[in-house]
Amino acid sequence: MDAVRVVQGTAVPLGRSDVDTDQIIPSEWLKRVERTGFGRGLFADWRVDRDFVLNQPEYAGARILLAGANFGTGSSREHAVWALQDYGFEAVVSPRFADIFRNNATKTGLLPVEVDAAVSDALLAAVRDDPSIELTIDVERRLIAAPAAGIEAEFALDDFTRDRFLHGLDDIGVALRYEAEIAAFEHPVVV
Amino acid sequence: MAAARTLSQKVWDRHVVRAVAGEPDLLYIDLHLVHEVTSPQAFDGLRLSGRKVRRPDLTLATMDHNVPTTDLSLPIEDPVSAKQIEALRRNCEEFGIRLYAMGEADQGIVHIIGPEQGLTQPGMTVVCGDSHTSTHGAFGALAFGIGTSEVEHVLATQTLAQRRPGTMAVTIEGELGAGVTPKDVILAVIGTIGTGGGVGHVIEYRGSAMRSLSMAGRMTVCNMSIEAGARAGMVAPDDTTFAYLEGRPYAPKGAAWERALDEWRSLATDDRAVFDREVVIDAADLRPHVTWGTNPAQVVPIDGAVPDPAAFEGSAREAAERALVYMALAPGTRIRDIEVDTVFIGSCTNARIEDLRAAASVIDGHKVRAGLRALVVPGSMRVKAQAEAEGLDKVFTAAGFEWRNAGCSMCLGMNPDQLAPGERAASTSNRNFEGRQGRGGRTHLVSPAVAAATAVAGHFATPEELD
Ligand code: SF4
Repeated sequence: MDAVRVVQGTAVPLGRSDVDTDQIIPSEWLKRVERTGFGRGLFADWRVDRDFVLNQPEYAGARILLAGANFGTGSSREHAVWALQDYGFEAVVSPRFADIFRNNATKTGLLPVEVDAAVSDALLAAVRDDPSIELTIDVERRLIAAPAAGIEAEFALDDFTRDRFLHGLDDIGVALRYEAEIAAFEHPVVV
Repeated sequence: MAAARTLSQKVWDRHVVRAVAGEPDLLYIDLHLVHEVTSPQAFDGLRLSGRKVRRPDLTLATMDHNVPTTDLSLPIEDPVSAKQIEALRRNCEEFGIRLYAMGEADQGIVHIIGPEQGLTQPGMTVVCGDSHTSTHGAFGALAFGIGTSEVEHVLATQTLAQRRPGTMAVTIEGELGAGVTPKDVILAVIGTIGTGGGVGHVIEYRGSAMRSLSMAGRMTVCNMSIEAGARAGMVAPDDTTFAYLEGRPYAPKGAAWERALDEWRSLATDDRAVFDREVVIDAADLRPHVTWGTNPAQVVPIDGAVPDPAAFEGSAREAAERALVYMALAPGTRIRDIEVDTVFIGSCTNARIEDLRAAASVIDGHKVRAGLRALVVPGSMRVKAQAEAEGLDKVFTAAGFEWRNAGCSMCLGMNPDQLAPGERAASTSNRNFEGRQGRGGRTHLVSPAVAAATAVAGHFATPEELD
């Protein structure tokens, strides 16, 4: 994955809790054998509604998605992360991510920004109030800020994951450095 | 004296290849299951970097999500589905992986065939690019779903970098009432702890009610652990587990079997081990459950009614309001008064032989309500063959059910089995998300017994209502 140090830009106030990956990318989109082209399927069923927040012109070009709690529940499909990235999102902000979604995001360089519910609410209100507000997410300092709205808050990201974002490490390459340990562990179990 | 540990901690500790403070552990994977939807991009990644599959012998692939469940002699109509199925066939050939292909005697839903073949065993680490991998935890394996990048990681290295999860005990104590099934147990658990209740944790299901369940029942419970947000669900292996495994094609044999039993018996949580979280549920309180909303925690007993969103707070209220609009239900509607258009008996939650027997025994001698579509999709071709040997297919078709070939089918509607917009279904699957079974479709999750009774009554019903 590529290194991610700072994400800066406008945001889409999705809100909503318990957004499952079936909503992020419906199953009819999962038949593709490529990693690209999923952006068109992002929230496909909700985008049919003209009033859906992603269809509103003032949020075009946003890089950050502001979601409610329990974002990315359900299916393990990494296609959900690919769809968000392909659409143009570089970070998702939520009070709580589903485990597999969070894992998938960190593998492909989509930044999961886990904030307190109060911070999440404040950001949603600020962006709904003024869609042109710029947010800055600093990976190194683990800070999310919306200066125009006077918001600055820390977010949770463990050191190891932070460093992987900062350096854009290839996980498989890293694991293969431990070939000797893996080989030592293996015993000839044949299933 | 060594510190007391839980089942999940013991299995974890046995698989740590490398541990460094502040970093995730590098965990060895004993069994990697692969299906057509989440693997093509992983194989592409291997090709791009010139890597091989490290242990094809610990890897098994099947076709399940996309496959048609009607006449298998016909070509797959959807060209995109056909391409994905073909990609798996080619990838398995190129990388030397065993494949249970469409139409073969061992093909089926990935979480049904692992146990069926005796591949899933106590104390193992099992992964698959599929969230319901938690099913395999019923054997006392640590089994969890992964994304496609991780699938590639396991293919290339047979390891995964993972953070040690928290431990959580869900204890279901007492005796289950008549007509209360494993599906009702897990729906009640999710209703109690919520969709985020297990995040970051491995749930161990304990208590006398769990011990009394068959392996099929334990698999149903573990299967839906992910719907409570848990990383995995587990049950300590016991004589029920061993009796299920003995004699299966890939189970150890002879002296190896005896050695395995000793080892497996040592996996149970130590008496003094402490869980990070504990939840206790009284089995006697449980009733058959039906979901009313668009996530599995939005659930009530069948004798209940659709709740009023005003009874919830904050984001749960908003979620309930949205769900009722989507489901076209009014607060206060009695669950038993809700009529359905379709009944689906299938999926990795409830399409084992025991599930089909339970449904067939309810349906025997009855007819599916006129105008209602009802289908049974066995979880594997072996389940199908067994059911046919017992004559269950005849019971279903005589009542007006369609009898299909194995696959995921209407659980997620990637093949032609889908709900039409606005259609309402009673489904034995695991997800009632918006559009899960087809765009605009409305799903209510139930047990096989309730699904069967509902097919006859035309509205949500329990079997005793039919007599
Ligand atoms: S039956 Fe449904 S939940 Fe199970 S693996 Fe297939 S699609 Fe997933």
